[in-house]
Amino acid sequence: MNVDTTYLIIKSLMVLTIFGITLLIATYLTYFERKVAAFLQDRLGPDRAGPFGILQPLADAGKMFFKEDFIPQNSAKSLFILGPGIAMFTALLTGSIIPWGPQITLFGETFDFQIADINVGILFIVGVVSIGVYGIMIGGWASNNKYSLFGAIRASSQMISYELAMGLSIIAIVMMSGSLSLKDIVAQQHGMNWNVFYQPLGFIIFLISALAECNRAPFDLAECESELIGGYHTEYSSMKLGFFLFAEYINMFISCAIISSLYFGGYNYPFMDMVTDPTVQGLIGTAVLFGKIFFFIFLFMWIRWTLPRFRYDQLMHLGWKMLIPLALANMLATGAVILFNQ
Amino acid sequence: MSPTIFLTLAIIAVVSAMFVVFAKNPVHSVLSLIVTFFSIAGLYLLMNAQFLFVVQIIVYAGAIMVLFLFVLMLLNLSADTEPQKSNRFRVIASASAGLLSLVFSAGMVIDATMGDRNVTNIQEIGLVKHLGKVLFTDYLVPFEISSILFLAGMVGAVLLGKRTPKESKS
Repeated sequence: MNVDTTYLIIKSLMVLTIFGITLLIATYLTYFERKVAAFLQDRLGPDRAGPFGILQPLADAGKMFFKEDFIPQNSAKSLFILGPGIAMFTALLTGSIIPWGPQITLFGETFDFQIADINVGILFIVGVVSIGVYGIMIGGWASNNKYSLFGAIRASSQMISYELAMGLSIIAIVMMSGSLSLKDIVAQQHGMNWNVFYQPLGFIIFLISALAECNRAPFDLAECESELIGGYHTEYSSMKLGFFLFAEYINMFISCAIISSLYFGGYNYPFMDMVTDPTVQGLIGTAVLFGKIFFFIFLFMWIRWTLPRFRYDQLMHLGWKMLIPLALANMLATGAVILFNQ
Repeated sequence: MSPTIFLTLAIIAVVSAMFVVFAKNPVHSVLSLIVTFFSIAGLYLLMNAQFLFVVQIIVYAGAIMVLFLFVLMLLNLSADTEPQKSNRFRVIASASAGLLSLVFSAGMVIDATMGDRNVTNIQEIGLVKHLGKVLFTDYLVPFEISSILFLAGMVGAVLLGKRTPKESKS
């Protein structure tokens, strides 16, 4: 076995592991969402399937699979099927460039716990996010339903608007670290040297934009039940609907991972140099990263069940007239400080 | 392996570009134009131009085509509501497209006759670091001129988007 084959096998295993973990976590996020909602509303939440209801996601999936898979008569059929596929594909794509842990040495081989370290990493994320809206748009349009179309149009204009603020807050991070590679950005935040202490405003802008990009409440205008029935997925049923809902949870997991990597040091933690064994240090790092991710997921859910939904003009006002100017000012200030310190 | 990938991408690009012209439904043409942009982005990646690849996806496939799709979905065009263009319009459009292709092919011919340029470190030529350095030293003037063009475009968009006083009263 030559080096290339070993490399390929390790990478394939890593792809499968991250794919599996992402799906598992997304499945259980549906359960956490209900439990957090129940906790915040002083209810019990799902408790019938298994102890504490932990088999609830399986029951949901079973239900989804056995529902009738209905395709509306006058829909664009191929595009109707393509929509949820694109949503799922783009949701899963970004997980490939997140550094899930530091370099570790196992059996005499060093490898990064990251599928691909591409040198335009952070731009790749922005790119995938910007094509992520096609799933919703195509699905909503192909349904041939006015409410679906409204949902699709809302989703796309919202995503375009908040992408700008998101990109501008990322530029400030890139200016600070001097690299577009996520691996370098995370490695520079060694110990407690996290970006959030230098970029608090950027972090807040990024967090709000991430909420909007995930179509999470209070920005879930695209599936606003009180106005649009179900929004872009009104006509969907069975596992196609499941794909759309599932993609949302995967998106949430991945954006929390990106927030943790960009602003909260990724796998870095305070006093990490006191752990001498690099393998143990790496494993603790991965655990710490997942801890941070779960904290942000809880924050997302907390926000969802606390804040009411924005009105559409408020959403546009917040995006264009507040977040973008703030992000531009943040970028200018970062540049000025970097120039001053040179 | 590289020629195979190149051929696949090139064939996808050409076929989907033809579909853009021949598709009856405007939404289908826009979707196939997105496929064209993706295959062109793949060609950039084959040439080690990773930055160009990502920018192509973010700007063309991600932003411009979303806006195209957005407008088409709102207008809901169909064959009978579409305004019929006059023949004069068609002649002008094909003439300008022909001129554009003439400029492109002239550029390619000049490029081919120039011979090998002294490009060092060809593996990393498309990376952000090198691109930025070249843009801010050798090509500073064209870069600034294009940024002025962008500024003019932005001012124009704001002006067009602004409501006229007559409209806002009604």
